[in-house]
Amino acid sequence: MATHIPFDQAHAPEEIGDKTQRKLWLEVLHEWVTTVDHKKIGMMYIGYALFFLVVAGFEALLMRIQLAVPNNSFVSPEVFNGLFTMHGTTMVFFVGMPILFGFGNYLIPLMIGARDMAFPRLNAFSFWISAFGGILLYYSYIGGSGLYGAGSAPDVGWFAYAPLTAKVFSPGHSTDYWTLSLLLTGIGTIGTALNIVATIISMRCPGMKMSRLPLLPWLYLVTSGLTFVAVGPLTAAQIMLMLDRYLGSHFFDTQAGGSAVLWMHFFWIFGHPEVYILVLPAFAFANEIIPVFSRKAIFGYPAMVAASVGIGFVSLSVWAHHMFTVGLGAAENTFFVLATMAISVPTGIKIFNWLATLWGGKIQFTSSMMFAIAFLFQFLIAGLTGIMLSVAPFDWQLGNSYFVVAHFHYVLVGAILFMLFSAFYYWYPKMTGRMLSEKLGKWHFWLFLIGFHLTFDFMHVPGLLGMPRRIYTYEADRGWMIWNMIISSGALVQAVATLLFVYNMVWSYFKGPVAGPDPWDAWTLEWATPSPPPSYNFAETPEVSSRRPLWDLKHPDDPDSDYEIGPSHRRRAKEESA
Amino acid sequence: MSDVAVAPSGANVAWNPPARGIVGMVCLILAEASIFIIFIVAYIYYIGKSLNGPTPKDVLSLPIFTSICLLSSSLTVHAAVSALRRGRQRLCSLWLAATVLLGGIFLAGTAHEWYDLIYNHGLTISTNLFGTTFYSLVGLHASHVVVGLIMLSLALWFSLRGQMHHHHSEKLEVLSLYWHFVDAVWVVVFLVVYVLGR
Amino acid sequence: MFLSQGWRGIAAIMLSGPGADPTNIFAPAGTPAHSIFSLSLLVLSVTGAIFLGVTGTLIYVLVRYRMRKNSPDADQEPPQIYGSNQIELSWTVIPILIVVMLFLATTRVIYTTENARRPKDALNVTVVAHQFWWEYRYPSLGIVTANELHVPISDPKHPMPTYLTMSSADVDHSFWVPRLAGKTDLIPNKVNTMWIDPQQPGLYLGQCAQYCGVQHAKMLIRVYADTPQQFAAWVANQQRPAVDDTAVAEGREVFMHNACISCHTIDGTVATGRFGPNLTHVGSRDTIASGSVANNPANLRRFIEDPANFKPGALMPPMHLDSHDLDAVTAYLTSLK
Repeated sequence: MATHIPFDQAHAPEEIGDKTQRKLWLEVLHEWVTTVDHKKIGMMYIGYALFFLVVAGFEALLMRIQLAVPNNSFVSPEVFNGLFTMHGTTMVFFVGMPILFGFGNYLIPLMIGARDMAFPRLNAFSFWISAFGGILLYYSYIGGSGLYGAGSAPDVGWFAYAPLTAKVFSPGHSTDYWTLSLLLTGIGTIGTALNIVATIISMRCPGMKMSRLPLLPWLYLVTSGLTFVAVGPLTAAQIMLMLDRYLGSHFFDTQAGGSAVLWMHFFWIFGHPEVYILVLPAFAFANEIIPVFSRKAIFGYPAMVAASVGIGFVSLSVWAHHMFTVGLGAAENTFFVLATMAISVPTGIKIFNWLATLWGGKIQFTSSMMFAIAFLFQFLIAGLTGIMLSVAPFDWQLGNSYFVVAHFHYVLVGAILFMLFSAFYYWYPKMTGRMLSEKLGKWHFWLFLIGFHLTFDFMHVPGLLGMPRRIYTYEADRGWMIWNMIISSGALVQAVATLLFVYNMVWSYFKGPVAGPDPWDAWTLEWATPSPPPSYNFAETPEVSSRRPLWDLKHPDDPDSDYEIGPSHRRRAKEESA
Repeated sequence: MSDVAVAPSGANVAWNPPARGIVGMVCLILAEASIFIIFIVAYIYYIGKSLNGPTPKDVLSLPIFTSICLLSSSLTVHAAVSALRRGRQRLCSLWLAATVLLGGIFLAGTAHEWYDLIYNHGLTISTNLFGTTFYSLVGLHASHVVVGLIMLSLALWFSLRGQMHHHHSEKLEVLSLYWHFVDAVWVVVFLVVYVLGR
Repeated sequence: MFLSQGWRGIAAIMLSGPGADPTNIFAPAGTPAHSIFSLSLLVLSVTGAIFLGVTGTLIYVLVRYRMRKNSPDADQEPPQIYGSNQIELSWTVIPILIVVMLFLATTRVIYTTENARRPKDALNVTVVAHQFWWEYRYPSLGIVTANELHVPISDPKHPMPTYLTMSSADVDHSFWVPRLAGKTDLIPNKVNTMWIDPQQPGLYLGQCAQYCGVQHAKMLIRVYADTPQQFAAWVANQQRPAVDDTAVAEGREVFMHNACISCHTIDGTVATGRFGPNLTHVGSRDTIASGSVANNPANLRRFIEDPANFKPGALMPPMHLDSHDLDAVTAYLTSLK
């Protein structure tokens, strides 16, 4: 089978010039609301997530102002408890999930040579129901407590431990908004995950065997598979909670013999795989971006696939490491220690393979690559603090302290958000046809890096000094103030850097240099389309014969397809010189 | 059009990835199965933990006839699919009608059981942990039967109006997969609720 | 640039010593905290070594293999290397060995802490967590108190640990005194146990570590490790009936004729409520409002006037007493030494 990628040159230059043809804004709105095009839905996901990123980031800032000094009264305890609940819920369900699904939606059909997702209308439905979930959650600020003019946000924490969520302890409707919005979002999430799996399995272009699938779709396949088995328990638990609150059933009613621990199990059976659902797409971006800017093929493709699938499976058996202090018993704790430590092996393999990809390359320090390298470094630290937390006795001290908060922000911000920024600098040209400003990008990178390390490096310390999470204020005599002051100042730096990024996105959309179809000299199929791609993606269905079809086109004398026999084949040039 | 061809590495191989409908349904079944597993775990965990009666032993009787009806509807829906595949539309309608009828009998059985439990035994979802877990698990399954019956009835409607053809057999197969899943879940629910829990 | 600041921070804490930071987990003062501390040093050195190794490699690679614009082969792609089974195998096996080593060390500490042999003369205390205060019951001594836990010190030669049997009256809480032991959750409808054995007399601080509602932040813990003499004196005082001083009879009347009695107990009176802290010897405590403020008449008066003055969200309602009654009740409660 030959590599065959028709490039629709006739359309390419027009796409940008077309913007002069003004449409009525109502027409534009109608077009976006009714669209089933995977690229438009992907961008709506991303835009929606960026909006909530700013909202939840603002909530974080308010919390950091409150905590900068002890016994502060910038916000009331009620407001603070609402803030951390909304911040956590928003960041996980209305930033993390939609932005990753957004990139997946946009990129997967392009990378596998398909014209759309497997189920375009389901795709639109999933987006809109998830979006509605987010709006419902924020409506709680108006309608939350169920009293006239006395709205309040949910304040039970993002993992909402029973029985704090029972009607007795959470009267009013704020907790109902939380439950319902997660239930709706869960439906959307499962819909999109299903769509992604069906697309990857069934819509690949001819020649793209699973062994030739780019790593990004591979990792999205694992993430989506995890979504089915993880979001199901969350949905089930939310249904139970609603039954408890509305029909008086007793799932988590400790007065009637119900178990509070059962909720913890159900939540974390979702909650821990969720972390991997969020981080695997970040790995997926790294798997595309690091090779391109190292000018080398990914090192150990089969090992990367195996490690990702391995992480997927092991992540289903580690949930109770969130529950080491619950009193499960020594044997149970020991099992979850082992399972949790075991997951560090495939994770380590990934880091080593990225290092090996860099090794011997020609590393280009673009903004995208700098964010990717920072991702690598910070993910390493996040993994190492993760190993510390997996040591159950150490966790008896560190669990639920600011050390844990620092650890998971290292994963969510240091790894995932950094990799997302990297992905923006890498794929923005494809989505808009314009490059993001590299100069602003470097400023964004260094400012955000400094802010990030000011905040989250120092956040480990109050945890070690005994500061629990989710307290709206703290005692002056504990020696936590100086650290909290540094953390809060870092948060401000991050906020400035984020504004810079938003400005870059807007400015570059109008003034950025025109990108052309393949600005990074990359190797996967999305770069064989014009930027932005036409609604049908490919004028003719492409055919591929290796993992890097554009490499084959660019190096017809030395195509990848010559080396696809086993995992450990070096390039012919090397063999010949030997 | 620019088009760079590379030396062919073999003869053109037929390219037949799996049908997206089937893949999608398998994914949906995976997600649904994980929801059911959580409800089943909750049921098993709370067996014998109710603080007051009535207990399953007092009030539950084996729904053998309706279970047979539901399980045999798996066979009839399979027969409907293979009839359509062979292009025999009227036979397909007949089998679909039988499936809807059998599913309906099952649902009526559940309704009767619930009526009896609520009005004669005073067991509701808020009575005790048994009531909580029983109604939620059996109710979750019954709601899936309802959804399946609606879809099957629609298929029957199209089939009777002669709008279902040979090339729809893959779609009908996707629906039948869902129905098989609903039946398989019932086997587990039956074992847990009526055998293990009683 | 910011490579090692987190680690330097840790070093700074460890050097600063226990005096400055009353809740430092690296200043252990009891056996469980000590064994966690030793284990954590092992874990920190292993992860620290990995950190240095991988970061060093990363920096080397970034410098050595950066794109050089001026080199003669600048426009050529570097040699493409797809992988190597031997290398993959080696960086799979070595981490597995490290994991096994850490796992064994961890298991030992889990079992020696959770399944420690319980000495016969260990003191038993029942801890019941409430929104947002701690109830301590000493069944063998007939004492019920709140928020300030008194335990005897434990001499390593004759261990005298205190076993805490823990549950919750409402939602989930967690008992955490970092210098004595790791945390243990208090969960309604579930009983957990943990043990502490402070070896130096003194005050050990902590607080609730599981989010439990509005005032989670002010659910503070104070553990007093007493010498045997101090402890005996404290027990003797707590076992006495409530002080009945005629000088404060008026305050007593106000207390007994208001809703106070439906939530608070004062032994030997009609006040037998259990929803709030037992006040039989409230005057002998150092703090009120679960450790948030010092126990003096001024603070006590402000607290009774409206608990939200110190703890917004506390479940005790403002009692709407007039100024005269407030003074009287404050005097009465202060007298309950």
